[in-house]
Amino acid sequence: MAVSRTGDPTPADRTRAPEARLSGPASRAGGPEAETRAGEPELAIKAVRPPRPGRWLTAGLATLFLVWLAYTIIVNENLHWDVIAAFLLDGRILGGLWVTIQLTVLSMAIGLVLGVLAAVMQLSGNPVLRYASALYTWFFRGTPLLVQLIFWFNIGLVFPTFGVGVPFGGPKLIELQANELITPFTAALLGLAINEGAYMAEIVRAGIRSVDPGQREAAESLGMSHRQVLRRVVLPQAMRVIIPPTGNQFISMLKTTSMVSVIAGAELLTVSQRIYLGNFEVIALLIVASVWYVVLTTLATIGQHYVEKRFERGHHALPARIRRNLRPFARGGA
Amino acid sequence: MMAEPMVKIRSVRKRFGPLEVLKGISLDVLAGGVVCVVGPSGSGKSTLLRCVNRLETLDSGRIWVDGDLIGYREQDEKLHMLRPAELSRQRQDIGMVFQRFHLFPHRTALENVMEGPVTVKRASKAEARQRAAELLERVGLADRAHHYPAQLSGGQQQRVAIARSLAMSPKLMLFDEPTSALDPELVQEVLAVMRDLAGSGMTMMVVTHEMGFAREVGDHLVFIDGGVIVEQGHPREVLADPRHERFRTFLGQVR
Ligand SMILES: Nc1ncnc2c1ncn2[C@@H]1O[C@H](COP(=O)(O)OP(=O)(O)O)[C@@H](O)[C@H]1O
Ligand SMILES: [Mg+2]
Repeated sequence: MAVSRTGDPTPADRTRAPEARLSGPASRAGGPEAETRAGEPELAIKAVRPPRPGRWLTAGLATLFLVWLAYTIIVNENLHWDVIAAFLLDGRILGGLWVTIQLTVLSMAIGLVLGVLAAVMQLSGNPVLRYASALYTWFFRGTPLLVQLIFWFNIGLVFPTFGVGVPFGGPKLIELQANELITPFTAALLGLAINEGAYMAEIVRAGIRSVDPGQREAAESLGMSHRQVLRRVVLPQAMRVIIPPTGNQFISMLKTTSMVSVIAGAELLTVSQRIYLGNFEVIALLIVASVWYVVLTTLATIGQHYVEKRFERGHHALPARIRRNLRPFARGGA
Repeated sequence: MMAEPMVKIRSVRKRFGPLEVLKGISLDVLAGGVVCVVGPSGSGKSTLLRCVNRLETLDSGRIWVDGDLIGYREQDEKLHMLRPAELSRQRQDIGMVFQRFHLFPHRTALENVMEGPVTVKRASKAEARQRAAELLERVGLADRAHHYPAQLSGGQQQRVAIARSLAMSPKLMLFDEPTSALDPELVQEVLAVMRDLAGSGMTMMVVTHEMGFAREVGDHLVFIDGGVIVEQGHPREVLADPRHERFRTFLGQVR
């Protein structure tokens, strides 16, 4: 007999062209349900779990420990909860928070662009570009970020002026003093972004290499240029591999910006330090800064989740949008 | 002589390192003709097709498609390699269907078919969508337009891939074992689309193991083994009366 494979059989469903029911995901839905409708008895499962005493014991111990930890922290007189509360929304702290956000977003954005460039250079046929890219990642991953930050801040010692003009000692068209150009913020941005680019290059390269070479060939056979193949076919698919580690880099960067305090970058940690150097509330202000770092990383983690979902497009059997689109077919309409 | 053939292949040789895969192949495909290429695995069938749209470069020989020399410009008795943009231009007129479909997984069936016209030919989205919908209709997949490739059966994916190539209005279609990766019950739906396409006058080069298709749809059959054409002729004739022992052995294996 003909068992309808849709959960909701209608006459229209049965008269669809044979090809239309080949193996579309829609026609698989509700298989077991259809079986029971065909007269099979329903064998419900209501089983008793075996007891798990170990579970209860460890859960109890962990709860006890957490309660004790919270208690000791709350009653600790050295922790000055009133000071923490007072500074959490202090104007200087919020200013530092804003600088931290700016530094993170800008250096990640520039780092991502540098990373894509370096990765594309690394995978190109031009040996000079390949070596230039390799040199970049080798150098910036090989030296500590702290050293790079201090170096950029003091770049005026090496290059007192920056100019646009004829290279190798020719006449200058525009000339700028390094000391005016390099503020703590620009030095921080340079250091963080260029360093980040070196790490992003490896992440992007792995992403590009993960794309099936057949994709490139299919796109080339349509007559796409190298650039179009990269932009329309390879990078969007590489993104699926690139996004998760990039999210980690972003979250890590939120906290790495605190290194900028060595060049007085005016971000969250620097302003906290400035305040505690005045009022000696060292621990309270470190807690204030930490609370904000935790808030930022939590928000970033939530954002990461949504971005990852967005780039999973086409890789789940049935994304929500398609499930919606399928409903009319499941009812037999076409 | 009659009109110039759509594809003219002359003395093509190709080696991968020490392995010479094509050892001098010459072949014509007339406009509107369907040439089926058969042969054992590793005999160089894919390589030959890939040379035609220059996914592979030749070591020697010439290939012309619709009078255009593929990959080079002949000037003052000298060959000049084409620039990438010129190469892309040539590829626009040559559709290719792969054994493993290679649909773009991040785009729906409709978007896959729109991709070529929108990106390469700068067609308007609306125009390309209209045409893509017509092509999906033509391959029997109007109701799968908004599915992603992962949600389609192999046969459906291959039909989308054919529509994607057709969207560029090619002069020539290359098929590299289009049904070899399919479950047996899905082969016919793809062959039906190809049969329809041949009937509409498309020039086709088809690498296949489907002798039924070759006999029924092909105008010319080429048996390649060891990088050379061993036997060729009208499919019905050569299949009814294979001359060479190697061809007979091969036919015994695929049947
Ligand atoms: N890119 C490549 N590099 C090295 N060897 C290759 C490459 N492509 C194909 N070959 C070799 O060339 C031979 C012919 O391959 P192919 O044209 O794919 O054969 P067919 O399609 O007839 O099965 C095989 O031995 C294969 O291993
Ligand atoms: Mg092959």
